[in-house]
Amino acid sequence: MNEPSPATAAPLARLIQEFYKLPGIGPKSAQRLAYYLLRMPAAEAQALASAILEVKEKITLCTVCQNVTEIDPCRICSGQQRDRTIICVVEEPLDILALERTQSYRGLYHVLHGAISPMDGIGPEDLKIADLLARLRSGEVTEVILATNPNLEGEATAMYLSRLLGPLGLSVTSLARGLPAGGDLEYADDVTLTRALEGRLEIRG
Amino acid sequence: MPNPRLYKTEAIIVRQRKLGEADRILTLYTPALGKLDAKAKGVRKTTSRMSGHLQPLTRCLLQMARGHASDVITGCETLESFQPLREDLDRLSRALYAAELVDRMTAERVHSFPTYRLLLDTLRRLQQSANPDLVLRFLEMRLMDQAGFGPRLDACVGCSRPLEPEQHFFAPQAGGAVCRACVPGLAGPRVLTLNGLKVLRLLQRGSYNDVARVNVPPDLAQEVEHHLRSYIVCVLERDVNAAAFIERLRREERNTEPGTGNKEGQGAPCS
Ligand SMILES: [Zn+2]
Ligand SMILES: [Zn+2]
Repeated sequence: MNEPSPATAAPLARLIQEFYKLPGIGPKSAQRLAYYLLRMPAAEAQALASAILEVKEKITLCTVCQNVTEIDPCRICSGQQRDRTIICVVEEPLDILALERTQSYRGLYHVLHGAISPMDGIGPEDLKIADLLARLRSGEVTEVILATNPNLEGEATAMYLSRLLGPLGLSVTSLARGLPAGGDLEYADDVTLTRALEGRLEIRG
Repeated sequence: MPNPRLYKTEAIIVRQRKLGEADRILTLYTPALGKLDAKAKGVRKTTSRMSGHLQPLTRCLLQMARGHASDVITGCETLESFQPLREDLDRLSRALYAAELVDRMTAERVHSFPTYRLLLDTLRRLQQSANPDLVLRFLEMRLMDQAGFGPRLDACVGCSRPLEPEQHFFAPQAGGAVCRACVPGLAGPRVLTLNGLKVLRLLQRGSYNDVARVNVPPDLAQEVEHHLRSYIVCVLERDVNAAAFIERLRREERNTEPGTGNKEGQGAPCS
């Protein structure tokens, strides 16, 4: 980003810089947001600031499924209605929201927090894979659905996991069929996702 | 009247990164323009009609519009999707290494048709070769030669005397093979066996078909890989990220399937 002009007061310049670090925010948007906050009533600004701090203080990762949660284990992991024999593996917490919206999946989840991207130096050790293996060792789970994104990194991750899980004697399926290649799961519409869940395929590890 | 901002080009997509909400910046390697970055708008949405065509490791025909910061992809058509690479993790990891290496070894908008050709041939070979690692060694050597960084293998880099048919040393920082007399004072020389030297020379001077015909035992393949790897790290002043993943896959295969090497049946989870 260009140096802020000397006409910008230092605290404002700092706020612009902070916004610029956020995903999807360019220099122009960062400026617009900062000036918007500047004109905001003090009470609203206070509420926004405390909401940010509260998220950092109260939201942690579920020690079972690694989803973001304020209680541990999370509501899904401790839910009485959930099918505990099946785990759906996703890349990001937002993917769970998309799948829950369909109301057609009643099993548990596991969040990897990313996908394997060899060119970017992101390998299996950077994902929550060891935690997944630990969960599977209990023997309660009989099926794992690999619901990684239908793009190159997601497919590489699914292939890697199917190789890893193969010897465990589980049913390993994938829901990628029906999803258009290249997209992100969080953007998939409910109908497509439901169809993808119903039509999942057994894959060999 | 044709719009001067628009143009068409063939390209191999070598890598991608996310941009904003739903866009991507793609790094393309083209026959006539060399390497360039281009913006693909909205392709992370599953409704995008372009997203399926704009995956890394795809050869496509692109309609482009010149932009301020980077050119924008306005249309595309897949020419070659290299599906067998996407369905086998061992081949895919090698293809990603090839793409990353080309990306790191080349500068933006420096036109090199031989490099385009080499990358395309490499991806095609990786789809079917029984020895994907040898395909990578050929790529490494040729790419460095094309970039003007090829190691010297005909004579000693220290004294310029022709190398006798015996064991020598390989010194990446000195730029190639060295004779025993010149080793003292050099940084990081490693033993270069006579067969190792022969394979390196073949990679540098022979055709791919010549290389593919040679039976390289595992020890020798490892030696050659080691020399080229250390040489590349020296030229790039860093390692290639994808190398670590290839190494991991090898390690895990050794651990889980001692001796059998059963690599078949790694079906695609996503079709
Ligand atoms: Zn949980
Ligand atoms: Zn010498």
